Amino acid sequence: MAVRRLEAAALDALFGALRRRGYTLVGPTLHDGAIVYDELDGADQLPIGWTEVQDAGHYRVVRRDDDARFGYTVGPYAWKRYLHPPALRLWRAERDAEGGFELLDDAHEVPRYAFVGVRPCDVAAIAIQDRVFMGGAHVDHDYQARRAGAFIVAVNCTEPGGTCFCASMDTGPKARAGYDLLLTEIVEPGRNGQRAEPVYLLEVGSERGEELLSELGGRPARDDEVAEGERRLAEAADKMGRTLDTHGLADALRRSLDNSRWDEPAARCLACGNCTLACPTCFCNTVEDTTDLTGAFAERTRRWDSCFTHDLSYIHGGPVRVSLKSRYRQWATHKLGTWMEQFGTSGCVGCGRCITWCPAAIDLTEEVAAIAASAQARATRRQARVAPSPETGKGVGDAATTR
Amino acid sequence: MLQPPADRPFAPPPAVAAPDLDPMRTVPFRVAGLHVDNEDTFTLELTPPAGHELAPFKPGQFNMLYVFGVGEVPISISGDPDRPGVLVHTTREVGAVTQAMRGLRIGDAIGVRGPFGSSWPVEAAEGRDVVLIAGGIGLPPLRPALYHVLARRERYGRVMLLYGARTPEDMMFPDELAKWRAMFDLEVHVTVDRATGNWRGNVGVVTPLVKRAPIDPRRTVAMICGPEIMIRFACQELARRGVSPQDTYVSLERNMKCAVGLCGHCQVGGHLVCRDGPVFSYDQVERLLDQGEV
Repeated sequence: MAVRRLEAAALDALFGALRRRGYTLVGPTLHDGAIVYDELDGADQLPIGWTEVQDAGHYRVVRRDDDARFGYTVGPYAWKRYLHPPALRLWRAERDAEGGFELLDDAHEVPRYAFVGVRPCDVAAIAIQDRVFMGGAHVDHDYQARRAGAFIVAVNCTEPGGTCFCASMDTGPKARAGYDLLLTEIVEPGRNGQRAEPVYLLEVGSERGEELLSELGGRPARDDEVAEGERRLAEAADKMGRTLDTHGLADALRRSLDNSRWDEPAARCLACGNCTLACPTCFCNTVEDTTDLTGAFAERTRRWDSCFTHDLSYIHGGPVRVSLKSRYRQWATHKLGTWMEQFGTSGCVGCGRCITWCPAAIDLTEEVAAIAASAQARATRRQARVAPSPETGKGVGDAATTR
Repeated sequence: MLQPPADRPFAPPPAVAAPDLDPMRTVPFRVAGLHVDNEDTFTLELTPPAGHELAPFKPGQFNMLYVFGVGEVPISISGDPDRPGVLVHTTREVGAVTQAMRGLRIGDAIGVRGPFGSSWPVEAAEGRDVVLIAGGIGLPPLRPALYHVLARRERYGRVMLLYGARTPEDMMFPDELAKWRAMFDLEVHVTVDRATGNWRGNVGVVTPLVKRAPIDPRRTVAMICGPEIMIRFACQELARRGVSPQDTYVSLERNMKCAVGLCGHCQVGGHLVCRDGPVFSYDQVERLLDQGEV
C-alpha cells in the first residue's frame, strides 16, 4: 500500500469517519498539567503545540514553537486503562430461597474504541497484553471483546523523550505492525513568527484502515516526502533518552537473584506501585468479592494490583515477598527476564514511563545494567579462578566451590 | 472499496463480552457432606448442580472454592479420583474464607471453579517405587495419589508414606492412617513434632524418616507436600540418598486469584503455579526455593 500525504485538516476527517462507524474516540489531551488519554470529541482537543520534558522522576509539559498535534511521547496513562480497565465487575450473583445462589446473566456490551495517537512502544505493549490475556489456554473474555472492537491509529515518534528507550527494546520509533492506520507527523520550525502546520504521512495496516482512506483526502506521497519521514525516524532512533543493552540480559537476571546490588534500588523504592500502574504491559490484578447490606446479592470485581504490595504474594502466615528488595527484584526480573518464560516475549517495550513516574527517580535501565555488569564481572572472576594460573599451572578453585 | 454514505452512519454491532465459558465464573455446588477432621481442619463433600457434569480430576489438582460474598481460595482436591459424582476438599481454617467455609452446613451452596493445574506423576511412576512425603495439612493433596496407586497396586514397586504432624491430635485422617498402616503392601511411617498423651511413636520432623526409610534411589519417584521449609529439607535428604531432583516432585502453594494464568499472583520465577504447577519436579524450582522470597 502506497504511503499517502495528508494535511492537518485530515485529522478532523479521521475523527469524523471513525465516529460515523460507531467508535468512541480516545486520544491524548492536556489535563491537569499532563498529557493523558481521554475520550475526545474532535481533533482540536489534541495537545496542539505542546510537548513534555521527561527525566527520572520528572515530567513537565512545555509549549512548542509549532502546532504539532503529536509533538510529545507518552504520559502517565497507558491504553490498558481501556482494554483492561482498572476496575471491572466480573459477575453478580443472587441468593435463592433454598440457601443456594445463582450467577446472573451478565453479558455486557463493551465499548468499541478508536485509539488515536498510539505510539509504537504502546502498539507493542498491546501485542504483549494480547499474549497475556488471549495467548494461553484460558482467555480473558472482556479483554478479548474490547480488543476485537478496537481501532488503532498509531503515530510514529520523530522526537523521542528523555526516558525513552524503544530503540533498545526494538519496538520503535517506527511501528511495524499491530495498527489499522499509521501516521508520521512532519512539522517544520515556525518562520517569521508563523507557527507551522504539520503534514502527515499515512500508512495502512488493515482492511478496516483501508476502508477509511477515501474519506481522509490527501494524495499519494512523493518519494522525497517518504524519504524525509524515514530520515526523521532513523534520526529519532539515535536520539533516545535512555538505552538498555538487552543482550544476555534475561540470563544475567536469572543468575543474579542473590546479587547485593538489588539493595540499592530497594533502599530508595517507596513501594508505591507507580511503575506498575504506569507500565503499559503490567497486568497483575486481584479480585474482590463483596455483598450488599442485605447479603442477598454478591459481586466480584477485578482490580489492578501491583507486585509492590504485600498482599500480592500473601498466603496464610504472611507474604512470600516480605522485603522491598524481593519485590523490586520480582518486578524487574519479571519484566525483563521471566516474562519471556511465561509468555514468550519480553515484558518491557522501552516506553520509559516507570522511570519518569517513579517518585524516587529509580531508573530501570540503570539498575538492570548495573546488575548485568555485576553478573558479568562475577562470571569473569569465576572463569579467572577456574583457569589454570600461568605460574603454577593450578587453578585456585573449581567451579563447584567458587561462588 | 466499501464506502458508507456519509449521511447514513455505518455502525457494526457492538462487541459483547459473553459470560459463556468465562473461566472466572463460578458454579454453585452444594455441600453434601461435612466432616471435622481435627481442631482446625475439616473436609467438605460437594455435589454439582443438576445438569452440570463434574469434570474428572487428576491427583494433585485443585479447585477455586468460593463462599458467597466472602471470597475465593485455591484448595487441593483430597478425594478419590476414581469416585465419580462428588468432590472432596480438606482444608485448614486459616483466614476469612476458610473460616466461612467451616461455617457451611449440609445443603449450603459453595462456588467451584476447576479443576486446575498439574498433577502428581502417578502414571509415569508405574513400575517404580513410590515414596509419598507429607507434612501436616500436606497429606490431603497427596491422598488422591495414594488412592490412585492403591487401586492399581500391582503396577507399582514399594509404596511408602512418610508423614509428620505437629502433635498426634493434629494428624490428618487418623482412621485411614490406621487402615493404611495395617496394609502389608504399604509402608507407613509417622512422626510428630511434639508427643502428647500416650504417643509412643517417632518424635521429630519428617527429615529423619526420609534418612531412615528403605529407599532405592534408582527406583524411587518421590512426591512431597507440606510447608515449604519441610519440602526443602526433605528434598535435600532425598538428594543425599541419591534420588534425582527429576524424580522428586513437590506441590507449591502461592496466592492465587484467577487460577488460569491471568492475574500474576502465583509467580515463582518463570513459573505460574496455577498454570505450570502446583506440582513441579524439584529440578524446576530448586534454585528458586533455595533463594527465598521469589
